Amino acid sequence: MKHTAANIDHNNAVISIRGLEKSFGDYDVLRGIDLDLYQGENLVVLGRSGTGKSVLIKLISGLLRPDKGSIKVLGNDVLMLSTKELQELRIRIGFSFQNSALYDSMTVRKNLEFPLVRNRKGITRGEIDNAVETVLDAVGLSQTINQMPSELSGGQRKRIGIARTLILNPEIMLYDEPTAGLDPITCIEINDLINEVQQRYHTSSIIITHDLTCAKSTGDRIAMLLDGQFQRVGKFDEVFATDDERVKPFFDYNFIQ
Amino acid sequence: MDKAGTTTSREKKPGSSLKKRLTNVFVDLYKVGSFTGRFFKEAFLPPFELKEFMRQCYEVGVRSFPLISLTGFIVGFIFTKQSRPSLTDFGATSWLPSLVSIAVLKALAPLVTALIAAGKVGSSIGAELGSMRVTEQIDAMEVSGTKPFKFLVCTRILATTITIPLLATYSALIALVGGFLNVAQNEGTSYSAFMQSAFEPITFTDITASLVKAIVFGFTIGLVGCYQGYNSNKGTEGVGKAANNAVVIAMFLVFIEEVLIVQIAGWFR
Repeated sequence: MKHTAANIDHNNAVISIRGLEKSFGDYDVLRGIDLDLYQGENLVVLGRSGTGKSVLIKLISGLLRPDKGSIKVLGNDVLMLSTKELQELRIRIGFSFQNSALYDSMTVRKNLEFPLVRNRKGITRGEIDNAVETVLDAVGLSQTINQMPSELSGGQRKRIGIARTLILNPEIMLYDEPTAGLDPITCIEINDLINEVQQRYHTSSIIITHDLTCAKSTGDRIAMLLDGQFQRVGKFDEVFATDDERVKPFFDYNFIQ
Repeated sequence: MDKAGTTTSREKKPGSSLKKRLTNVFVDLYKVGSFTGRFFKEAFLPPFELKEFMRQCYEVGVRSFPLISLTGFIVGFIFTKQSRPSLTDFGATSWLPSLVSIAVLKALAPLVTALIAAGKVGSSIGAELGSMRVTEQIDAMEVSGTKPFKFLVCTRILATTITIPLLATYSALIALVGGFLNVAQNEGTSYSAFMQSAFEPITFTDITASLVKAIVFGFTIGLVGCYQGYNSNKGTEGVGKAANNAVVIAMFLVFIEEVLIVQIAGWFR
């Protein structure tokens, strides 16, 4: 499936980042990042390993605190929120982790129920079952409902990880390396799933990756993160239409039809 | 020092390492204090994770049953056997039941149970939470609007605090059975005579002190295991370190607490 950019609202930024800085010890990971994610948009953040891509979405979700700058998510200043307010905001954000982060001790069903029963007071057993079946159907893995995470393949784990975030009907999706460690066919399936999720759940997404196939097939806009800053932001072809020696090799070493 | 005799930036000033270590100790103490405070703040406020708490009680209590039974029996049996020659010299073998009960109820049962639990339960908690930390499962709970501290930490600390005193009580009874079998085999003492003489010297303060000790040990083992696991980092190496630290630190603290509680209990006698 090819992603379409028809429903992007360029007047409504669901995430707005200004002057974001983050260091770990002496290492400056992010050096003054500015970024807007618009309603209905899939924004891909590209960059080499260790450039701070994952740090960026952990800052957005409040898992890390920046040294400087501001982060507004759905109109809320993340850095000014109380613990309770941050918890409420997080329900509106889906976070798909690089290694899926499924709970080892729980079955797929329990993994999916976990966030639901804790965030929807008074939800009935029937509603829980219905929600679980709906998201499993959305990711095409209804048959795995009673399996343990250890019994799933890498691609299935990614899908269940995405299903677990979808169960709370998030408005924003953050994908951390969704195709890392997967074979090319499964990568294509995951890319299709990201586009399906965007259309079915009307989400706005930030996709962190260094896989150009993923970037091209899912991204409405690409932001190239280099040396702690976004060096190039735009459509896929615009970003790579450059002689910049830091950007060109990234394109050259990836095979794209 | 360079040729001019000035200290270069690479050379450490004398005492800087000690200062850094001392600072780290205080920083760690502050972190442990905050962690403990957070437990008391969150553990007794709704919503309660009752199901997970029961699961942890099962993991800590029921799964430790065979090991505690075996060690309790061996402690009672061997202690009685090893004490006999000294008492025989004074013709005081009739004191064996009270000697065993004093040793077991006042010191051995809570201490041995705590040491076994530190090894079995503490390491398991440290490794499990450490592994959840490095595989981002705790972060996943955090970003899905749930409270991982309440679900993972509070339930485990409460489970060890409640279950380890029960295990210690059970261990004491099994140890007395071990002691009785040895006494019955050698002296032909009846069960009722053994129990009567075993409980004669035991006071209410002794039992209370033992129970308090076991509760404190249980809390310590849960707290240390959870703290090490929850704050684990550096990948798989960190998981191993968390499990190891959970055992070593818990055992060390159990001995310190043993000394302190025995001293405090002495003031009430």
